[in-house]
Amino acid sequence: MSRLAQGGLIDRAKPLQFTFDGKRYSGFAGDTLASALIANDVRLVARSFKYHRPRGIVTAGSEEPNALVELRDGARREPNSRATTAELYDGLTAESQNRWPSLAFDAMAVNQLFAPFFGAAFYYKTFMWPKAAWEKLYEPMIRRAAGLGRASELPDPDHYDKVQAHCDLLVIGAGPAGLAAALTAGRAGARVILVDEDFRLGGRLNTENVEIDGSAGLDFVAATEAELRALPNLRVLTRTTAFGVYDDTYAALERVADHLAEPAPYQPRQRLWRINARRAVLAAGALDRPIVFGGNDRPGVMLAAAMETYVSRFAAAPASRLAVFANNDAAWGSAFAAHDAGVTVSALIDTRADVSPVLAAKAKARGLRVVLGGRICDAHGKALTAIDIVAGGRTERLAVDGLAMSGGFSPNLQLTCHHNGKPVWNDDIAAFVPGTPPPGMSVAGAANGSYDLGDCLREGAARAVGALADLGIAATALTVATATLNGTAVSAFWHVAEARTKAFVDFQNDVCASDIVLAEKEGFRSVEHLKRYTTLGMATDQGKLSNMPGLAIMAAITGKSIPETGTTVFRPPYTPVAIGALAGHHRGKDFRPTRLTPLHGWAREQGAVFIEAGPWLRAQYFPRGAEKTWDQAVNREVRAVREGVGLIDVSTFGKIDLRGRDVGAFLDRVYINTFSTLAVGKTRYGLMLREDGFVMDDGTTARLAPDRWVMTTTTANAAKVFQHLEFCAQVLWPELDVQLTSVSEQWAQVAIAGPRARDVLARVIDDPATIDNGAFPYMSAMETRVMGGVRARVFRLSFAGDLGFEIAVPARQGEALARALMQAGAEFDITPYGLETLGVMRIEKGHVTTNELNGQTTALDLGFGKMAKKGDFIGKVMAGRPGLVDPDRPRLAGFKPVDPNDRLRAGAHFIAVGAAATTENDLGWMTSTTWSPTFGHALGLGFVKGGTARIGERLRAVDPLRGGDVLVEVCNPVFFDPEGVRLRG
Amino acid sequence: MLITCPYCGARDAHEFTYLGDAELIDRPDPAGPEAEAAFHAHVYLRDNPAGPHRELWYHGSGCRQWLTVTRDTRTHAIASVVAAARPEVAR
Repeated sequence: MSRLAQGGLIDRAKPLQFTFDGKRYSGFAGDTLASALIANDVRLVARSFKYHRPRGIVTAGSEEPNALVELRDGARREPNSRATTAELYDGLTAESQNRWPSLAFDAMAVNQLFAPFFGAAFYYKTFMWPKAAWEKLYEPMIRRAAGLGRASELPDPDHYDKVQAHCDLLVIGAGPAGLAAALTAGRAGARVILVDEDFRLGGRLNTENVEIDGSAGLDFVAATEAELRALPNLRVLTRTTAFGVYDDTYAALERVADHLAEPAPYQPRQRLWRINARRAVLAAGALDRPIVFGGNDRPGVMLAAAMETYVSRFAAAPASRLAVFANNDAAWGSAFAAHDAGVTVSALIDTRADVSPVLAAKAKARGLRVVLGGRICDAHGKALTAIDIVAGGRTERLAVDGLAMSGGFSPNLQLTCHHNGKPVWNDDIAAFVPGTPPPGMSVAGAANGSYDLGDCLREGAARAVGALADLGIAATALTVATATLNGTAVSAFWHVAEARTKAFVDFQNDVCASDIVLAEKEGFRSVEHLKRYTTLGMATDQGKLSNMPGLAIMAAITGKSIPETGTTVFRPPYTPVAIGALAGHHRGKDFRPTRLTPLHGWAREQGAVFIEAGPWLRAQYFPRGAEKTWDQAVNREVRAVREGVGLIDVSTFGKIDLRGRDVGAFLDRVYINTFSTLAVGKTRYGLMLREDGFVMDDGTTARLAPDRWVMTTTTANAAKVFQHLEFCAQVLWPELDVQLTSVSEQWAQVAIAGPRARDVLARVIDDPATIDNGAFPYMSAMETRVMGGVRARVFRLSFAGDLGFEIAVPARQGEALARALMQAGAEFDITPYGLETLGVMRIEKGHVTTNELNGQTTALDLGFGKMAKKGDFIGKVMAGRPGLVDPDRPRLAGFKPVDPNDRLRAGAHFIAVGAAATTENDLGWMTSTTWSPTFGHALGLGFVKGGTARIGERLRAVDPLRGGDVLVEVCNPVFFDPEGVRLRG
Repeated sequence: MLITCPYCGARDAHEFTYLGDAELIDRPDPAGPEAEAAFHAHVYLRDNPAGPHRELWYHGSGCRQWLTVTRDTRTHAIASVVAAARPEVAR
């Protein structure tokens, strides 16, 4: 139980310091935290989840159920980190978790005394009464007692990257089978990606003392790695776990910097790989599995394969006096490796009555005591001190401080099940083997149930040849003449019936053999019920060690075979994946891109306050001088437009160029009104429906030439409308000559509005005569030049409801245009305005926006019923459904408070005066409200039964959520300039 | 998931937007008999097959073409991808 004097794949020239629970230790480069703890004789590393029993290290890999620690500190503290995969670095800090006040003395260990209450499903049964106590007392208590470590509550300081890769062959696992597959495919010139979760290639070859074609296994690994890394068509990813198989895509997590104290500047901590592999070979190996006997969870009891790994790879002896308890040949190899490394092996207990003479001779040559047909019924000591061996009807107590157990091997076939493939039972090796893997995946080596080294190498090479043959790539299989024979000759054995103390099946969730017996008694026999009732296999290790023994015990109780009992479904991820890795860079402000308009820099210069509008950052208002609140700025901006002139950036509108002979006919079919009659040089407002008859979007479309048109859409629907029009043009009416191009990004657009708008534009446009009221009346459009030759499109339009123009210039000229307009308008005190002011003025003018175009309103609802033409258009038939043309449907109207001091609130419902405020009496609701500086009181838009037929009527606007109840008068929704005099002036 | 666009080749599904059943290609005749019933079925009624399904995808981050994809809803295996715009193939 210390560092062995020699051997191991560690760099003794590079000592590393680390702390565990505040105590300083040292290890070497090449160690994991687990191997370094073993080398420092730290055996107690954790407390168990439910009973707070002392626990030690059980495995040497990602399947570890016990040795979970809080790794690092501060913002980088990560709970439930497996000590067995955490690479040691200088200055590493780790804390044990789930213990109080200390690991050595855990007060919660008294839970063991109450074990009768903590059986399967105890929380469903025990904490039932009184009901109120659950939330306040029981749940917090259970959570505190059963927590698995503490997450850092600070923001994660690290970055996570995502990358997409394509390859012909993905090889998962770099043990003998994976190396043979990768080498075969790499030599054939195929594009290959080889991934392994370990930081070294080689898999079991890093541990087992074997020969391949007369050389040591490690030499084979070194030579193969050198060749693989030299191949330009092959990528090797170590520290990378392929954790899920999706549609055509494998997901893998690369731990780029987890072996460092912290990532280098700009280096991601982890990288999520999405790998589109045409074929894959799964060579993920197999896991040794525990045997269920009394006290099998005591620190000092570990899997035989793990024990061999610590001794051979890390030169760390987990025990000074070791016993081995197994049902297969492989564990004998582990015992020999420990003995040969200088560890005393006190007994080798095998459940089998006979073993091969070769094996027996090897044990005899080493002078090992062998107990055949024996088993261990109980293990003793807080950390292991003794075991009870049952053999030949006698029980013997043997003093040992380490026990290596092996119940045989379970292939790592999880990834073969991610497309619903069902594992198949193989009695010869007492294990499930892959059934139907996902399309394009084949399985090689131990993952396929082939444990012998030669078989692994040959199978890996053959799978690669087969996969590449599918793709039409000829490959020659790597040839191996001789390899050490090392099959397992397993004989199924799961559970020692003679156990007198608690025998654990699931270490991480503290599920005992007795819990499975109880579950069966209470009727939870289906393997899926068993899992949920006892929590067997539900911990972070997802039952990698516990599923098989649990299944076997249930099978034995019910008298069924294991395949009849079934197996639970394996789902991604294979090992836990940090949410940060799945999010990648998409977090905080980077969750989605922020879109800036071409005039953003200009608006910033003007002191704009910006607001997020969907993905856009838009100017909300432009505070001036002593203005303290947003409404002071907005009131000034509105008055400036109504009395002089204002300017607003409208570049965010969707803009679509339409070209072709049949654009007019096309627009007739997508808008409810007619466009084919629109003259060149004119623009028209249009309303678009969905096929279900509800309004999708509105906007204006101008005809610039007989076959050239430009459409604007609302900002929010720009992408949706474009996609819809593409569908109509390509799919519904391919016979029409229409070509669509989105030009939203290409044109900057500025609206100027107010009585002085023409005076300002006249100083910027190259030919001022062209914008005379006679030459260029309301709803005109033209292509022209501004600012001395800059291409521009000018439209006589106004959303604000005043004399107005919209001027579009190529995006890069946008800021120059804004500056030119500001300069030209200086003598009229031209005022930049933002979204808030636009919102006020559009309500004054009764223009609808998203509040009214909410996907639930029809053209009739909005007062556009008369716009609809006779002929067909998208949505026409469905808009005529009786329910949608019901005169009682709420329709658009305007509202003002009877008392001008009252404020209005969107969301308020209309109720007749004198009627009770009930759902039955509901007449409609307010959609938009504002305080109007033009009128000096509040204004509202909304939908009310009868609509404008109620003009002059008084109603209550009831807002029970916010305690509002205001008397309002129904008005024409167009409050400002209802005759359009200013618009046309 | 990969979709093999007939114009752009095999591309990740992230580049595409799903619309729904390829029945949407066949817009009913608004002047036909029972037009309202036909449109009702067109807008609202969909089969939900466990198996091959013809559906519309838009290659918005690529060539902007509407595609008819035949996909097995049980396995996501894609049997064919053709341009929805070519009536002689898509319909």
